[in-house]
Amino acid sequence: MIELRGVVKRFGAQVVLNGVDFEVQDGETVALLGPSGTGKSVLLKHIIGLIKPDAGRVIVDGRDVSRLTRRELSEFRQQIGYVFQNGALFDSMDVFENVRLGIVDDQKFRDHDYALERVTQVIKLVNLDPDLVMPKYPAELSGGMRKRVGIARAIAGSPKYLLYDEPTSGLDPVNADIIDGLVTRLDVELGVTSVMVTHDVRGAFRVANRLALLSEGKVVMQGTPKEFLESDHPKVKEFLERDFDNPSFAA
Amino acid sequence: MPASTQTFDIRQRIGRGTLGAAAQVGRLTFFMGEAVRGLREVRIWWPRMMTEAWNIGAGSLFIVLLISAFAGAVTALQTGYQFTGSIPYYVVGTLVVSSIILELGPVLTALILAGRIGARYAAELGTMRVTEQIDALESLGRSPASHLVLPRVIAGFIMIPALTVFANLSGIIAGWLSVKAVLPVTDADFIYGAQYYYRPFDAYYSITKAFFFAGAITIISCYMGFNTKQGAEGVGKATTTAVVASSILILVLDTVLTRLLLNQ
Repeated sequence: MIELRGVVKRFGAQVVLNGVDFEVQDGETVALLGPSGTGKSVLLKHIIGLIKPDAGRVIVDGRDVSRLTRRELSEFRQQIGYVFQNGALFDSMDVFENVRLGIVDDQKFRDHDYALERVTQVIKLVNLDPDLVMPKYPAELSGGMRKRVGIARAIAGSPKYLLYDEPTSGLDPVNADIIDGLVTRLDVELGVTSVMVTHDVRGAFRVANRLALLSEGKVVMQGTPKEFLESDHPKVKEFLERDFDNPSFAA
Repeated sequence: MPASTQTFDIRQRIGRGTLGAAAQVGRLTFFMGEAVRGLREVRIWWPRMMTEAWNIGAGSLFIVLLISAFAGAVTALQTGYQFTGSIPYYVVGTLVVSSIILELGPVLTALILAGRIGARYAAELGTMRVTEQIDALESLGRSPASHLVLPRVIAGFIMIPALTVFANLSGIIAGWLSVKAVLPVTDADFIYGAQYYYRPFDAYYSITKAFFFAGAITIISCYMGFNTKQGAEGVGKATTTAVVASSILILVLDTVLTRLLLNQ
């Protein structure tokens, strides 16, 4: 279970998170919505300990992430897969080596036969052809393929939690749908708990069991998609309004 | 503006500058501490260090040899021009060897490599920072110090002194050949002069300086790259700062080491 209690984060004079309370139960897929620049990615980075809160607590499975020692944090991160917005693939390594780095167990990482088998398996899971993509470098991949390789790397270590940072941003609707379908399928097949940061309302409604809206440094509402649709909260209505008017969303 | 406001403003600036400098020193100390901790992960940094060492050595050898050869040749020709008729010709050998080994070899090599390697390290790590590749490594529970910093720093500590040895040889040989071409200096004169004031400590001093310069170049540029902010502009800024800061540090270290090691 992931819990954020009263998390505050400032960058200089700018208060990005101003007392955020947010929680994710085991087995859930939660989409964290909000306009660009509201601190969604900052919140996600708090969960994995890449950013420490100025105040408040980030608790994952009962452990306060900001109080973990360096070694504990390194071990803790092995149970979390993080999918970065633009893939964050290592451009000096080919796809095989990139995905192999996701195998967090040191012995398995060093076992070349296991690594080859596991990398092939997860690349197939994200609907890519291993023989075709494994020898390629990130610069040779399309945006959608890079995102999928990023997902493959995140799941290679069989994590308990998957954190997606804008998995569909910058993609055309067809590729965005493919990624949304992939997220849903991985949640079911791998049984992971997922948090997806997005400003794509349509995708969030398709993928998530529960939604949360971040606005002006606070989570203003958490609930099921149905509760969101029925909500009278002005921020929720304002955020959803554009997509309600969109016929494809209404459908 | 009233004088009191001006004074206040200056005090504020000094205060901010001091705090900023102290914060940089603190961050640099933590950064180096991280790198030292990463030394245990030999299996991680060793293969990458070998690749980096090859890149530094093979990639920089030509430019280092070329520039030190010109420096040696010019030193020899100017020495010959200034001393003609007043001092024996073998002194040219003494001056060329001493100038190259004690000063020009290590300092020129370091300044060339500050531009070549320092800029590359800062730009590579800076790009990795702004494209979240360093965050990605951390998110996988892996140490960026042992994957990215140590291979570069250790490769620098090995290859920069080695390149300095080649630079010294290149400078001396070029000086020897060029002085022979324009002055009536025999090989025997040059060798006699070269050996007359030469002390084995000079070579040790040259390598010691190169070792310190390697630290200045690699640590500063990795640190700058690692702490890059604000996209492409930040990468450019980090790269420039890395080259300027390491070049200044090389010159400061040159003075300090000369004072300490030569007791001058």
